[in-house]
Amino acid sequence: MLELVLFSLLNGLVFATLLFMLSSGLTLIFGMMGVLNFAHAGFYMLGAYFAYTLTGYLGFWPALVVAPLLVGLLGAAVERYGLRRVHRFGHLAELIFTFGVAVVIEEVVQLAWGRTAKSYEVPALLDFPLFRLFRTSFPAYKAFMLLVSVGIFVFLFAILTRTRAGLIIQASLTHPGMVAMLGHDVPRVFMLVFGTGSALAGLAGVIAGPVLGTFPGMAQVLGTIVFVVVVIGGLGSLTGAFAASLLIAIVQTFAVALDVSLSSALATVGLRMSAGGMLQDLWKVTIAQVAPIMPYLLLVLILVVRPTGLFGTRET
Amino acid sequence: MSTPAPATVRALELEKTARAQRLRRYGVWIAAAAILVGLPHVLRTPVAIPVMNQMGIAVVFALSYNMLLGQGGMLSFGHAVYFGLGGFIAAHVLNLAGRGVLYLPVPLLPLVGGLGGLVFAALFGSFSTTRAGTVFAMISLGVGELMASSALILDKFFGGEEGITTNRAKAPALLGLDFTTDRHVYYLIAFWALAAAAMMSAFSRTPVGRMANAVRDNPERAEFVGYSQRWVRFVSFCAAGLFAGVAGGLFAVNYEILTAENMGLSASGSVLLMTYIGGVGYFIGPILGAVIFTFLQSMLSDYTGMWLLYLGILFLATVLFVPAGFAGVLMLHAPAWRARRLGRLLGPYLLAGLLGLVVAVGVVGLLEMIHVVVSAPTGRTAKRLFWMTVDVRTLWPWLAFATLAVAGAVGLRWAAPQAAKAFTEASRPVETR
Repeated sequence: MLELVLFSLLNGLVFATLLFMLSSGLTLIFGMMGVLNFAHAGFYMLGAYFAYTLTGYLGFWPALVVAPLLVGLLGAAVERYGLRRVHRFGHLAELIFTFGVAVVIEEVVQLAWGRTAKSYEVPALLDFPLFRLFRTSFPAYKAFMLLVSVGIFVFLFAILTRTRAGLIIQASLTHPGMVAMLGHDVPRVFMLVFGTGSALAGLAGVIAGPVLGTFPGMAQVLGTIVFVVVVIGGLGSLTGAFAASLLIAIVQTFAVALDVSLSSALATVGLRMSAGGMLQDLWKVTIAQVAPIMPYLLLVLILVVRPTGLFGTRET
Repeated sequence: MSTPAPATVRALELEKTARAQRLRRYGVWIAAAAILVGLPHVLRTPVAIPVMNQMGIAVVFALSYNMLLGQGGMLSFGHAVYFGLGGFIAAHVLNLAGRGVLYLPVPLLPLVGGLGGLVFAALFGSFSTTRAGTVFAMISLGVGELMASSALILDKFFGGEEGITTNRAKAPALLGLDFTTDRHVYYLIAFWALAAAAMMSAFSRTPVGRMANAVRDNPERAEFVGYSQRWVRFVSFCAAGLFAGVAGGLFAVNYEILTAENMGLSASGSVLLMTYIGGVGYFIGPILGAVIFTFLQSMLSDYTGMWLLYLGILFLATVLFVPAGFAGVLMLHAPAWRARRLGRLLGPYLLAGLLGLVVAVGVVGLLEMIHVVVSAPTGRTAKRLFWMTVDVRTLWPWLAFATLAVAGAVGLRWAAPQAAKAFTEASRPVETR
């Protein structure tokens, strides 16, 4: 039992930092422009595929740097030539635009790399078990993922809170008009933030690709989860995104490990449900089976009870 | 007493215009009915009827979606839930009818689907319509994912991966209609599509339909007039769910199978795509969008595996350049039509359209060749493109398509402002003396 709890916690932590790398960019972009970027997970997928291809030419370590940069440039271009144009037509048009970008990215990936999964693998240097506890071993690559993510956050927080550029970004989040009055080029700040957010998503893709798989559906698998994280944490709130990343990751990793169903839970209290009818499966479903829908259940519940999310201050 | 009083003249004229309007309104529906009855006799190719059936279902679905997006300003990412649930319920009821458990002829099945859609829309709408905007969009996304995932868990009702199959021929026949051919189904779908469209059009004219527009544009003012914005959104949501369920019921009759995919995120996404491409600002928009989308989908999927990419690009182009959609573009030309100057636009439009076609040929050629390089089995390098065979190993097709794309784009940059200028000229109001 201790083994299960410990490793679920560790895996949950790795997953949480990955989620935060994606959700921090998304929530910053939202806070600044008021746009929920549907294409964000698409950039994550592009990061993985770019890294897969670049690894073939340059090796893993250069790819780790180059792929996110490429994705960041692409993101900046999408903002500069797409979103800025659509901005005139309002938030709905922007949301719909990013939805279209997400569809096109997914199709382009299938066009360029095919429909089957790519064997983008853990670099040989990190392909060994780091330590072994009880009967389970912890791979070194996961520790590396944790290290990279934590490093990025420290860096990001330092920039946001300790530098002049960070100050301008924070000011643009809440008072874009005032920042523009002071002579700063707010559209350029928007473009930079969008590009940086995309690059972060790309980096998440680079390091998650070997573990979670590099296939055309990877954006959809994680995309809605990241949305859930951002909404539950409170739109625009970095602290919220962090807390929600932890919450969702831990809930998911623990739920997968639990094999309890409604009827067995009721049986311990002494209630017997007789199976029958169209919805008989409802009683037999185990928590492990429900794990994939838990985040959505949480999303709907939070939105109904507290539309601003856990740490948010505004709804839209 | 030879001339009537001025007030009477005005009243008479008002009544005349009102009668003309009524005539035009009913005339449109009568004409639509006549076209729907005649179409199968005109289009005699074997693929025409199945494609038209698909279009009819898509039209009802897209119109119901626009009750939310266009008329109510609610962006939903989970509208396929009500389509799918309506369809599943209709399929189960059809199976019961086939076994003789209850008496229900096939033509009434879309009503069952609609009822199913309505019940679930009322259930989910009760909490999701409390707010508009991003919160509504996110709740709809959550509910959509929730139901799509639940469909894979609740095996008995949703049939797991294989879905639920049914058989329309086993249900009791009504007036000798046994629906053994696609043509029978066509008339069923045509009838229900027309009826649903007429009802949705009528709904948009009711006070609550008008208030939906008001709540979309300015919820605060709508509250001051005395309407609860939440209640107005809820009613719109239920109505949209009802008609989505009707579309789902038609789907069950037509395809006789429903799977979890029918209520997934991609199904919800494609109804958003088709509605937006058609134009959310006009009643006719989703109809155009559904017809164009279904046509492209069924035609393109025969020729290329990348049809969704082309539709995605078309969608992006719509959002970027013509956010009012196809219907919006058509309606923009109303002033020019009234001024009888449409003829003057023909030249510039033809030129711009031709250049756009050149760009499209170049881009499609390049994309298709990349597709061959990446996904074709090893050894296959030839591809039939635009009625000729190209070999992707040789350089000239790449050069030719790239030249077409670039040259067309350069030409379009020059021709598009010309067309825009001609449009502005033609739309100028006629000078009255």
